[in-house]
Amino acid sequence: MALHHTGLANAVSIASIIVAATTGDVLIASAMRQIGDLDEIKAHSGLIGAIKAVITNARFFCGVTAMAVSFFSLLFALSHADLSLVAPASASLTVVTNTIAAKIFLKEDVDKRRWIAALCVCAGVVLLAH
Amino acid sequence: MTFRRYLVLAFVTVSAPLGDSFLDKGMKQIGPVSLAHITTLFHAVATPWIAGGILLLIGFFASWLTALSWADLTYVLPMTSFANVIVALLAKFWRHENISLSRWLGIFLITAAVGFVMRGPSYTEHEKPGPARAPAKSPEGACL
Repeated sequence: MALHHTGLANAVSIASIIVAATTGDVLIASAMRQIGDLDEIKAHSGLIGAIKAVITNARFFCGVTAMAVSFFSLLFALSHADLSLVAPASASLTVVTNTIAAKIFLKEDVDKRRWIAALCVCAGVVLLAH
Repeated sequence: MTFRRYLVLAFVTVSAPLGDSFLDKGMKQIGPVSLAHITTLFHAVATPWIAGGILLLIGFFASWLTALSWADLTYVLPMTSFANVIVALLAKFWRHENISLSRWLGIFLITAAVGFVMRGPSYTEHEKPGPARAPAKSPEGACL
């Protein structure tokens, strides 16, 4: 029974890392899309202008907050489970959830090539961790 | 995609594992930090390896944001995953660690993924209702 609870706790903590990391990545990517090409902003307004454009964007701050939640979820997960389980599981699954979220929320053109790449990265991260 | 943009992607790939390695080396020099001496961490920031690592990680975040301003998330993600390959190759050729067959397979899969994605378009064009700023996102971008 205790083993069952430990497995469930690990799954929940890994899931919370993945959800928060995906939310953060998508919000930050969405913010950067909203802000526009940073190279152009830098050319027109200088480095200070580019930094101001980023740090005054509300979506960017929400993204950074989600990334912070993901980091603390990682710390929480590491207090229950081994790094050898948490790191590859969260890193590889985040690649897949990011691809799905980018397709749905960012309306990115995720073609067959990008799906194959996401699955290759997912498998590759797991293999590298062993 | 311009040469400068490929350089930004290369920096995204290299800076994160290099920054982590700098932090690792710096913290190994300092040794274990107990809760009773937590202020040691503030002094650690001033040491060359830790300061270098922090600068590299700030550079990583800045270049990652720059890349996301002209490339899709699903285009940039495999590049960041390539950092795992660099860590494994550093372990093999710098620290002379053994790399198992499964790790070589992992390196091959991630390298193949980066190759797949780089052969495709980097940015998904969306139609904008307002005044067009199409030239900004043209494949041959403004920079360099």
